Amino acid sequence: MKIDSISNGIVLDHIKAGNSMEIYHHLGLDELDCNVAIIKNVKSEKMGKKDIIKIADNFDLDLDVLGYLDPDVTICVIRDGKIVEKTKLALPEKIVNVVKCKNPRCITSIEQEIDHIFKLVDRENRVYRCAYCEAGVTGKE
Amino acid sequence: MRHLIDPMDLSVQEIDHLLEVADDIIANPVKYRDVCKYKKLATLFFEPSTRTRLSFEAAMMELGGNVLGFSSANSSSAAKGESVADTIRTVGCYADIIAMRHPKEGAPTVAGMHSTVPIINAGDGGHNHPTQTLTDLLTIHREKGRLNNLTVGFCGDLKFGRTVHSLIKALTRYENITFIMISPEELEIPEYIKNDVFKKKGIAFRQVRTMEEVMPELDVLYMTRVQRERFFNEADYIRLKDTYILDMDKLGNAKSDLCILHPLPRVNEISVKVDEDPRACYFRQALYGKYIRMALIMEMLGVSADEN
Repeated sequence: MKIDSISNGIVLDHIKAGNSMEIYHHLGLDELDCNVAIIKNVKSEKMGKKDIIKIADNFDLDLDVLGYLDPDVTICVIRDGKIVEKTKLALPEKIVNVVKCKNPRCITSIEQEIDHIFKLVDRENRVYRCAYCEAGVTGKE
Repeated sequence: MRHLIDPMDLSVQEIDHLLEVADDIIANPVKYRDVCKYKKLATLFFEPSTRTRLSFEAAMMELGGNVLGFSSANSSSAAKGESVADTIRTVGCYADIIAMRHPKEGAPTVAGMHSTVPIINAGDGGHNHPTQTLTDLLTIHREKGRLNNLTVGFCGDLKFGRTVHSLIKALTRYENITFIMISPEELEIPEYIKNDVFKKKGIAFRQVRTMEEVMPELDVLYMTRVQRERFFNEADYIRLKDTYILDMDKLGNAKSDLCILHPLPRVNEISVKVDEDPRACYFRQALYGKYIRMALIMEMLGVSADEN
């Protein structure tokens, strides 16, 4: 199977196999006009298999969302067919309005127009806690 | 703007200072009777409470201040659907400090984000109740004369009891505390306390099923209620409920200077016969709650008796 390389845009590489659709939706890639290719289960020496997303345009990625969903992703910025920038992600210290608190007793369940804020408390185990009720949520494995 | 949302918002030094002020208030109440003159405390209680609300109000009155507020969500604009943020912005126009209880966890954090006056969390659901923790610490300090070198037993519902979790966290900051957890398997302390508090700090704790087996070791016994609705199985509740009721027989081999605490309300987990025993500290504990709240209100308003 052959997917053309892009001359200008962004490639999200080293996505954990199976994570690409969630990233696609959370980053709002479905709203872009440009070509977007999702390639699933690509063979990888390092990862066994991985997903890749190619976006044929430059736009501002929400690195916090991406870092939370899959901190092992590599972002490659392509210009004139060449990689001009490579960024490794890390788990963000804080995520805002990426996930909602699932604790039914949390104030976020009733307060109007409140930001859903989670703070990283355990990087090793990727544990975040709600900034209001401290309910835990674990980042994607 | 400084708020008190979580008991751990206060450093050990700040807690020690509050305990000192509370001790001085107990010794010299007259000195403090006007320190909050012309100041107003709003008690916003979105759910009912007896001790906490009344002790806050009594505390402010004994400091010479005034009190306004409501004692249930039904008698506030929350019943009309007003947000916590809007309620707090409004009340900040009328009061100098706010004590707030809310059934939703994290509501005081939201309040703190929008308030122009200090917020004291007076309990948010099953989450935090910092002034109860301060009350417990003052009680232990006054009854035992120290907050270190103690063997503390926590008994009953250790899974859902917020007062237990907060006091454990607070006591891990003091030296040489031996923690003994007395509960049925169903109501053991949650994993996050075991991992985030004990394991992370390298503090050992013991878990036992009966209070009799550890009673002779205890300096402090913190009682909580085992509630029927916490059990999946009625038969288990019936089998276990009496195990966690403190009576004079179980106190038989306890130390003569044991300090028995309970956050109250008590239902049947401590026999009323124990009330007459000098080791029963829970009603004195309720009284200390007023004094520590007086110290806290003064601290958060930035007033002191020395200025008068």
